[in-house]
Amino acid sequence: MNAILTPPRPSEKIQFQLWAYKIKHWARHGAAELVCLTVAAACLFPLVWMVASSLKTQSTVFSDMSLWVSHPHWHNYYEAWTRGHFSRYFFNSIFYTGIVVFGVIWISSMAAYAFSRLEFPGRNVMFIIIISTMMIPIPGSFIALYVVLNKLGLIDTRLGYILPQINGGLALGIFLLKTFFDKLPPDLEDAARIDGCNKFQVYWHVAMPLAKPAVAVLAVFNALAVWNEYLLAMLVLSNRSLMPLQRGLMVFQGSHITEYPLLMAGIAISIVPIVSLYFLMQRYIVAGITAGALKM
Amino acid sequence: MIPVNWNRTKDLVTSYLFVFPAALLFVVFSIFPFFKVFQLSVFEWDGIATQMRFVGLNNFRDAIFRDPSWWISMRNASEITLVTLLFQNTLALVLALIVDREIKGKNFYRVVFYLPPVLSGIVVGLVWNWIFDGSHGLLNYALTGMGLGGWTRAWLADPKTALLSVAVIHMWKGFGWGFVILLAGLQAIPRELNEAARVDGAGEWRIFSRITVPLMLPVFFLVSVLTILGTMQIFDIIISTTNGGPGYHTEVPITRILVAMVGSSRFGYACSLGILFGLILLAVSMVQMRLSKWSSRYS
Repeated sequence: MNAILTPPRPSEKIQFQLWAYKIKHWARHGAAELVCLTVAAACLFPLVWMVASSLKTQSTVFSDMSLWVSHPHWHNYYEAWTRGHFSRYFFNSIFYTGIVVFGVIWISSMAAYAFSRLEFPGRNVMFIIIISTMMIPIPGSFIALYVVLNKLGLIDTRLGYILPQINGGLALGIFLLKTFFDKLPPDLEDAARIDGCNKFQVYWHVAMPLAKPAVAVLAVFNALAVWNEYLLAMLVLSNRSLMPLQRGLMVFQGSHITEYPLLMAGIAISIVPIVSLYFLMQRYIVAGITAGALKM
Repeated sequence: MIPVNWNRTKDLVTSYLFVFPAALLFVVFSIFPFFKVFQLSVFEWDGIATQMRFVGLNNFRDAIFRDPSWWISMRNASEITLVTLLFQNTLALVLALIVDREIKGKNFYRVVFYLPPVLSGIVVGLVWNWIFDGSHGLLNYALTGMGLGGWTRAWLADPKTALLSVAVIHMWKGFGWGFVILLAGLQAIPRELNEAARVDGAGEWRIFSRITVPLMLPVFFLVSVLTILGTMQIFDIIISTTNGGPGYHTEVPITRILVAMVGSSRFGYACSLGILFGLILLAVSMVQMRLSKWSSRYS
């Protein structure tokens, strides 16, 4: 009986083949891991080096190339925050990002809800016109935008920096949310309507809570875009007290060109919020890019 | 007396209230500027004076025939684009293929590779500025350490290497984005297809060329065209590293449009450059749409 149940010992030859296969498998696997780890290191290295440099002093930063700083000079951050005015730029960026994200979500969700659920003349034409701006590149439009802002007296004002960016987020926002609303079953909304809700109440109390995942994607995307925006800030804002971080970094670099540790501290300050947001919400970011890109 | 249906009117008004804020912003900041660009492009205007001088198509003639710096900037951007298309997308594809199949920690790599695209062009430019710096840059330090002291140079200030260095920075920032889209495309391919082919005795290369590539063609075209559109309009990295220099070696279309507008106060001319550039980009996206339609028919 036992002789039947125990498998026969593999012959020498088969055992050799098995080992060859295993080695080949591990070699391939190892090579793949190695490539990926190298690239990952190349991604992280400049950032690690930037943080390390931000903790060195002006006298050691050019001679000491080590990544590990044994005597971190945290004072650089205080200097950048106060003397470099990064506190001001920082809160400006927070303010602009918050307002634009809020504005985009509010305005585009209302419009998307109307395009998806309400009946009115001109609905489809308006929708198509708004969406078409996502497809047509108009690289010179910032010139005319500047002219418009000038006419409205919005140059060098917070509003002049905020409104065009809210507008910039609308096309994607309306597109994303309309597709989302289209897929929602209308039963819940019908029930709410029968219970006596008017259109605004249905939109606000029924449709919006259901749209949370799409709203999260939208919020992250717009937050990244506004936080990293530079061109419009350069054209619209010349008053230093209104500038966001990206603009502030360039101004700081222009006037303190050799103070590398302080500049690196400023950069570190500028990326902390956006990188934290990225780590917290990266699930939504990946979902957003892939959904947006693959549906086009 | 025409009977007015008040309920219906009220209904319509509320519907329009939903789209009103979006429509208002859109008209003021998208539609009006769009037409304004075309109007301004046929005028000579400094952006301040109340009088604009009509010059017909002179701005376009100047742009096409009399402004070598414009075409230099187009050529520079095209070169960066070509390098990016070739190297960035190949790297992104290779990484996506590896991570899609044989590796643990998919999510770790996805998070790390997408970190550079999350940073602003300004931040990336300023950090790399120092890495490529001539006197105390990290790259030169590393080269000297490896005994390659003869290769050291001010990478971003040397006419020979400036454009390529900018392209390297741009690709460092951008490959993670291509990686994420390509990986999503690969993961959308049904596993059973690959397995069935393997059971039928197809090798890795055959699976790649007969299954992966045909199914991924639309994604390849999409990534390519978005790479082209994004790279041609490169700006933040330029302004935070070379600002167009040395000479005109890293000038790109957006910096030229800005110089025409802010530098020499020729708003009309800047608009005509913008339109020319926009038309070229539009042609690129049209070609992509055609190719994409064609490829999805055959896959």
